[in-house]
Amino acid sequence: MSRYGSTTAKNPREAAEWSAGRVIRSNLRAVVGRAYPRVISLAREPSWLFFEIFLPFLAVSAFVFVYRALDAPEDFIGFVVLGGAMTAFWLNVVWMMAAQFYWEKDQGNLELYFTAPMHLMSILAGMAIGGLVLTSSRALAVIGIGSLVYGVTYDVQQPFLLAGVYLLTMIPLYGMGMLFASLFLLWGREAFHLAELLQEPIYFLGGINFPLRAIGPLAGVVMATLPLGVGLDAMRQLAFADSGVQGVLPVGTEVGILAAMGVVFLVAARMALGYLELLARREGRLTLRWQ
Amino acid sequence: MPDEPAIHARGVTRVYKAKPDPVTALGGVDLDVQSGEYFGLLGPNGAGKTTLIKILTTLLLPTAGTAKVAGFDVVTETAKIRRVINMVSGGEQSGYGLLTTREQLWMFSQFYGLANRQGWRKVDELIEITGLTGQKDQKVRTLSTGQRQKLNFARGMLNDPWVLFLDEPTLGLDVAAARDLREHTLSWKAAAPGRTLLLTTHYMVEAEQLCDRIAIVDRGKILALGTPAELRRRVQAESIFRIELDRLPHNGGINVIGDLPGVLSAVRVDEEVADGAASDRVALKVALADDSALTSVVTAVAERGSHLVGLAKSEPSLEDVFVELVGRGFGDEDGEESAS
Repeated sequence: MSRYGSTTAKNPREAAEWSAGRVIRSNLRAVVGRAYPRVISLAREPSWLFFEIFLPFLAVSAFVFVYRALDAPEDFIGFVVLGGAMTAFWLNVVWMMAAQFYWEKDQGNLELYFTAPMHLMSILAGMAIGGLVLTSSRALAVIGIGSLVYGVTYDVQQPFLLAGVYLLTMIPLYGMGMLFASLFLLWGREAFHLAELLQEPIYFLGGINFPLRAIGPLAGVVMATLPLGVGLDAMRQLAFADSGVQGVLPVGTEVGILAAMGVVFLVAARMALGYLELLARREGRLTLRWQ
Repeated sequence: MPDEPAIHARGVTRVYKAKPDPVTALGGVDLDVQSGEYFGLLGPNGAGKTTLIKILTTLLLPTAGTAKVAGFDVVTETAKIRRVINMVSGGEQSGYGLLTTREQLWMFSQFYGLANRQGWRKVDELIEITGLTGQKDQKVRTLSTGQRQKLNFARGMLNDPWVLFLDEPTLGLDVAAARDLREHTLSWKAAAPGRTLLLTTHYMVEAEQLCDRIAIVDRGKILALGTPAELRRRVQAESIFRIELDRLPHNGGINVIGDLPGVLSAVRVDEEVADGAASDRVALKVALADDSALTSVVTAVAERGSHLVGLAKSEPSLEDVFVELVGRGFGDEDGEESAS
């Protein structure tokens, strides 16, 4: 039965001494470990095909018919399809990132994460990467079906830049989700309500279903706070290069804003997590399931 | 430092903010658990057991006092402590229901820093050891409560912890599942010497079966500490024997025994005789100042025509110890939930 005790360390002091390389490798493994359930759920829970593709497609369709009834430029149809696809990322960030620590606490996972020998940022990063993989497949499906059904034509002159902007958008977007994960837990018990609170206003401010420029001065607020809105505006400019509709800012500027947002949100997430852990240990109310 | 205690606590206090008044969950606990020792914290809900475990597992800061696990301070050396400990709680629902047993354990192995291949190997070993081979590809959400707790136990073993915390591990389990889990814990003790266990429970049998030493705690304080035998001796100054005779002694009956030197009391407990209604058998509970008085009792009953048909020494249970120390049983509990 020696299999129980397979460590090579001779005593706990020796077992606790980890090299910097081992710390890094362990944290990377934790990222992969936490991403795994999200990625595997693609195959395990086929209900997402209905809830995550068919229902968003219906929402996109409603706006398509409105624009067609109003004789809006055909590019608007493409805008809506792209916006509909990006909605999946926002919902993923709100429900499966921001609210996640709350559910993890309820399940008793949070205290196991706290006591495991990895940084909680690795858990958040794993959640983000898993969510990104999961949601990308859904977003691609919405774009594919929406484009096919409504005959959307794209004019992509810089495909690599478009892909780069997409990836760059994901960093501050999921960084924001990582920040919210700690804040939701700190702010209160009703993560469900907080998530709902963030949903509808972002549909409006993010310019999901219309060109962001249409909201006038409010677009400035979006440019300063919402990575989804900034990224979507830049991607629309790159995906519909021949469109007559202008973006709020040039793509280069928006790329700079996204990069800055990425740094800000990731640093803020790290700080919020540190504060959360301090509070959890000091107040004793965040890791206990019944409180 | 080979003699360093696995767990060392001095004056550990934990006060929770609460309305209308703060609640003191731990009131200055002093404790040393040696490496390789299996140590039990026995007490009702609200005693402060879980609070102490949360401090030792770095989940909570003590309000006052100091505590070390494996020689590392729980306030300033949390990263090192987390590399050598693990924790399993009763009723734990950790992980994700859509994963299989095997996948779930592998996921946790990644959190504990095991390399991918090493993680899978360890997972398969622990699945076999804990008897979950039949459920290895079953989704976690379909496991029974007992299987689920075996899975949690296997999770707790993944990183081969030097100090394992089991917080009410058999809570809610049926008799067979609880026995299985206790057997796994004992096998771990045999297979991995030098590992330390801190168990909290309010099951007396569990504490007695698993632990080398036990601390009885209530309302945030350690009331008594020692081996199970030492604790029992605290409440039993005298020796108590249950004596079964084929008939009552002639010439004085039970009073003859009660009057013998060294005999403190002798009472009939006939209801304990299985076939008492069909024979003259009698059962007596005899309290002696010490075991040496037993000889005179046996001689006295023989001289008066009775024959000894049964003799057993009565041991007080840990529950007796608890009642003696606390003045109430486990059934009369406060809710720890409200305190911690």
